[in-house]
Amino acid sequence: MKRHLVSAADLSRDDALLVLDTAEELAQLSGRAVKKLPTLRGRTVVNLFFEDSTRTKTSFEVAEKRLSADVINFSAKGSSVSKGESLKDTALTLQAMGADAVVIRHHASGAPARLAQSDWLHGSVINAGDGTHEHPTQALLDAFTMRRHLNPGSGKDLAGRRVTIVGDILHSRVARSNVHLLTTLGAQVTFVAPPTLLPIGIEQWPCEISYDLDSVLPKTDALMMLRVQRERMNAAFFPTEREYSRRYGLDGVRMAQLPEHAIVMHPGPMVRGMEITAEVADSPRCTVVEQVANGVSVRMAVLYLLLGGAVFADGPTEPARTDSVETAQ
Amino acid sequence: MTTHQEPTPRPPHQVLDGTDIARVITRIAHEIVERAKGAEDVVLLGIHTRGVHLARRLHGRLAQITGREIPLGTLDITMYRDDLRLKPARALEHTEIPPGGIDGKLVVLVDDVLFSGRTIRAALDALNDIGRPRAVQLAVLVDRGHRELPIRADYVGKNLPTSLREAVQVRLSDADGVDAVLVGDRDYAARSSQALASQPTEPHLPE
Amino acid sequence: MTSYLIRNAKILGGAPQDLHLADGVIKEIGTGLAVEADIEIDATGMIVLPGLVDLHTHLREPGREDAETVLTGTQAAAMGGFTAVHAMANTTPVADTAGVVEQVWRLGQEAGYCDVQPVGAVTVGLGGKKLAELGAMHESAAGVRVFSDDGKCVDDAVLMRRALEYVKAFDGVVAQHAQEPRLTEGAQMNEGQVSGELGLGGWPAVAEESIIARDVLLSAHVGSRLHVCHVSTAGSVEIIRWAKGKGWDVTAEVTPHHLLLTDELVRSYDPVYKVNPPLRTAEDVQALRKALADGTIDAVATDHAPHPAEDKDCEWAVAAMGMVGLETALSVVQQTMVDTGLLNWEGVADRMSHRPARIGRLTGHGRPVSVGEPANLVLFDPAYRGAVNPDSFATRSRNTPYRGMDLPGRVHATFLRGRATVLAGELAERDGLV
Repeated sequence: MKRHLVSAADLSRDDALLVLDTAEELAQLSGRAVKKLPTLRGRTVVNLFFEDSTRTKTSFEVAEKRLSADVINFSAKGSSVSKGESLKDTALTLQAMGADAVVIRHHASGAPARLAQSDWLHGSVINAGDGTHEHPTQALLDAFTMRRHLNPGSGKDLAGRRVTIVGDILHSRVARSNVHLLTTLGAQVTFVAPPTLLPIGIEQWPCEISYDLDSVLPKTDALMMLRVQRERMNAAFFPTEREYSRRYGLDGVRMAQLPEHAIVMHPGPMVRGMEITAEVADSPRCTVVEQVANGVSVRMAVLYLLLGGAVFADGPTEPARTDSVETAQ
Repeated sequence: MTTHQEPTPRPPHQVLDGTDIARVITRIAHEIVERAKGAEDVVLLGIHTRGVHLARRLHGRLAQITGREIPLGTLDITMYRDDLRLKPARALEHTEIPPGGIDGKLVVLVDDVLFSGRTIRAALDALNDIGRPRAVQLAVLVDRGHRELPIRADYVGKNLPTSLREAVQVRLSDADGVDAVLVGDRDYAARSSQALASQPTEPHLPE
Repeated sequence: MTSYLIRNAKILGGAPQDLHLADGVIKEIGTGLAVEADIEIDATGMIVLPGLVDLHTHLREPGREDAETVLTGTQAAAMGGFTAVHAMANTTPVADTAGVVEQVWRLGQEAGYCDVQPVGAVTVGLGGKKLAELGAMHESAAGVRVFSDDGKCVDDAVLMRRALEYVKAFDGVVAQHAQEPRLTEGAQMNEGQVSGELGLGGWPAVAEESIIARDVLLSAHVGSRLHVCHVSTAGSVEIIRWAKGKGWDVTAEVTPHHLLLTDELVRSYDPVYKVNPPLRTAEDVQALRKALADGTIDAVATDHAPHPAEDKDCEWAVAAMGMVGLETALSVVQQTMVDTGLLNWEGVADRMSHRPARIGRLTGHGRPVSVGEPANLVLFDPAYRGAVNPDSFATRSRNTPYRGMDLPGRVHATFLRGRATVLAGELAERDGLV
């Protein structure tokens, strides 16, 4: 794996499977009396959140603490950041404090990429969601959840599995990261949205496009509903909430069109009554709660793989097997 | 000035063959039954990688001797290693704790070679997070000495005095197609890529 | 006044000749000139062009002297071979009164490195609501003839029509920054494949093209001169070509960076590539080069937009838009137009000096290189190859997208009415100029 996780496109198939397999092992931890590993003892991880996100931040924090890292929460609200301090100065401060990794959530697309490429700090940069760009750990936990249901087992990928992602693709970092990662893992991705909520140039993306949800449902193994913010209505992306949910929302009738084995996913937070009805959200086919639990395992895996071993100044670090040739120090 | 002459590395030679290994495992199984008074509360945990294969064989022997299925599990100690920062992050192996757990049990850790003792130290830490055994014992195929921690084995297949220049290789049919224990110069394997290519297993070096 | 004898220079790329400059004019041209001069320059292999004229420069003074001043900006212009620049109106305060344009004009005179022709704002405070006193700015010492709200679009169709009509009275021209504001709300880069992947707000080509289409029709309707700033899309080229085909009085400029760079560079999220209008696609770049070659686009204009380091050393979304360009313009044009065979040096002189001077109605610039003409000249060494080093720039800012890039050619000397503002690649001392 590379030293940073900025984009899901940075992950090769081997990298992605390594994360998923590692996460699968780490998932066992939640069943234990002591849900903690000493692996990142003495490493400092900073959660740098420029945007409110209780879920993602909590998930990362649990993952960091389970690996025994020293966790510092650096929230933009109420700090010098809200007083106009630049990202650069914030980064220099964190560097001076000895941050080994920075988990960054930022409202500006590309902010994590900028941090990773700059010489402002030397630790690993983990993208916890940037603007409308990417959210790679979300894609990893989604793939993890899909694999458990559709092709379980260490070393398995998602070859041939059909994933349909429905909703505000245009503004979705989850969709962007998922299309990269799912394609890498061999899945076929279909985006379903009104044309106003699809980015220009999407024909070039490695996925299918449809404006008609009903026609896609019978050919879907995993259906991911994305949140649609009500504000989009005011910018004329669609006429009314009712019309949106009639055409693109998931209710019990639509869910019945899915194959027996198909799962319904949602990255949360859900807008019940908009893209998903309560009936679907609370149904056993809906993996929302499971996704949250998987999020911790996947983030632990990412943190371990980026921070657990030796940190090299640059260049990729190839994972080594425990029983490989080891030389005495 | 004297020119330093590197001695030519010795190729590995066999110290235990398949029959020896089978005999040793049988003996250890009997010792466990004897010392654990019928092995009533024993849980076998094999340490990855070859400890897992040895534990499975031991499990089979114990079933023959006692007529009972002794709980068998596996332990990956990667996350507890003290040298994690010396190498890139490693892939994890599967840890499988038997359904009955380890609380109040006599856990017998199984590994192939006991050397510095650091692997066992890590295994004890891992056990500590998993539960509270009544006691923990250690069974190894080979004890080659050179301990760096106050750790000893309860069941030893063979004591094998070695020099630090040497490497001990354990080959097991489950992983390597053949049962054997070899001792050779560490440099032999390290220096000669042909030697490495011709040997399916890696030398067992200080972990 | 120092006199100069330039030996073996290729005028507009022609056969080597000697030029004798004295008393502010070109005294003599010929081979093997036997004249005495204070300074003799061996210009073997070098090209002589008329001093370059920039229709689009941001000098930042008054208001943002931390980014650039009239002095440093005109020094940069001289280093780039320019003898006249049009200073854009978006200063603080905005150049929307006779007072501000005269101030900028005087600062240019005092600096002495390059003639500064202020551009007046079309609307008060660039607000797009109320016409500025265009006539007063024209009648001031600055003699403004080019008006622009550059940085903002005069998007109100009625206001644009009135401005076009009004400036006819003094042969003025409105230079439009064509950007439909509603279509570009939150725009961060060219809208296309790359913006979709990067999740950056899109600046669609149609937002430029729709305004240009409206403006050429307006200009035809009222019979006025229209100039289109920094054309950046293939579609804009088509519209301008169509308007020119109709015989309408429309001119257009393209920046050096739109001739060379594409939106693929934005993948780095490095704000040095953030500019307005944004870097477009490779197809757009090819269309712009072709349009400049066939004359559909009249001029190369730098849109030199200096910004202090902190405005670029940050995340993309909050970074300022713009690039410095005066000191690299001619090299980029050589790379994209001359070395590709699209334009010869005569063509370069036309697009970077003659035509921009004519659009700005600058009588003393963009003249032929012939005896008796004012000695506004640039001596350019096209054989030079080297990496761009921003630390050597004369501009106060360093926001160049060409850092470390190998670009051909180098300005050897620039003459402003016979005075060397740049000699042997070095900026002349200010005392020698005024």
